[in-house]
Amino acid sequence: MKSALKFRTPINEVRGLGSAKDGTHHWWLQRVTAVALVPLSLWLVASLVSLVGADYQSVVIWVRSPVVTVLLICLIGALFHHAQLGLQVVLEDYVHTEWLKTTSIVLMKFTALVLGLASVLAVLKVSLGG
Amino acid sequence: MMPASKRPLSPHLLIYKPQLTSVLSIVHRGTGVALAGGLLLVVYWLMALATGPDAFGNAQRIMGSWIGNVILFGFTFALFYHLCNGIRHLFWDAGLGLDLKTVYASGWSVLAASIVLSFVTWFVALV
Repeated sequence: MKSALKFRTPINEVRGLGSAKDGTHHWWLQRVTAVALVPLSLWLVASLVSLVGADYQSVVIWVRSPVVTVLLICLIGALFHHAQLGLQVVLEDYVHTEWLKTTSIVLMKFTALVLGLASVLAVLKVSLGG
Repeated sequence: MMPASKRPLSPHLLIYKPQLTSVLSIVHRGTGVALAGGLLLVVYWLMALATGPDAFGNAQRIMGSWIGNVILFGFTFALFYHLCNGIRHLFWDAGLGLDLKTVYASGWSVLAASIVLSFVTWFVALV
């Protein structure tokens, strides 16, 4: 029943583009980041549970482990990317004034980028700081 | 041809009876938005850690307060719900489990799993 899953018109098959004019790029990246976030977020929850009651020094030692530093940065990247893709769809669905829609999406994406970079910087500062 | 205003409309949200499928769907979006808001908490916690022991102590105190705990529990549930239902969505994307019976079974499973996982996490964390 492979044909039952084919919803695209022939012209769309050829162009590979939908109404957003960028084909399946957004949809696909949302899934890729989702798959990455399954193990990463489970790892974070397990780590935070084991860190309950830990003092400043123990948390710093935890972040400084190279594996933890790398996984935290991967997690932050996937989280913020996934979040801004999702929020974009929500804004596209509910904001009906064209200029407001575009403005809010751009502002949301800037915010996600700044906060994501700030988080990565914080992890690196703790990890590499003296 | 019927004038546009007289054409039958799809059932309006406010008069359409809520179903498990539609409720779980909007909760997926709701938890997604809530988790995105919760990222502010993650940023704050990491920034506090990078600032030093005093700032981190403040952050830990706020998160450890009863209101902080309530928010963190909500965060935990939202995360597990979005995670479990997200996996359900990934199966659908692969074309699996799309018949109504399986959709309902997986829906109830997602709900049960996210509640159980939230309580187990907090039980392990606090005991």
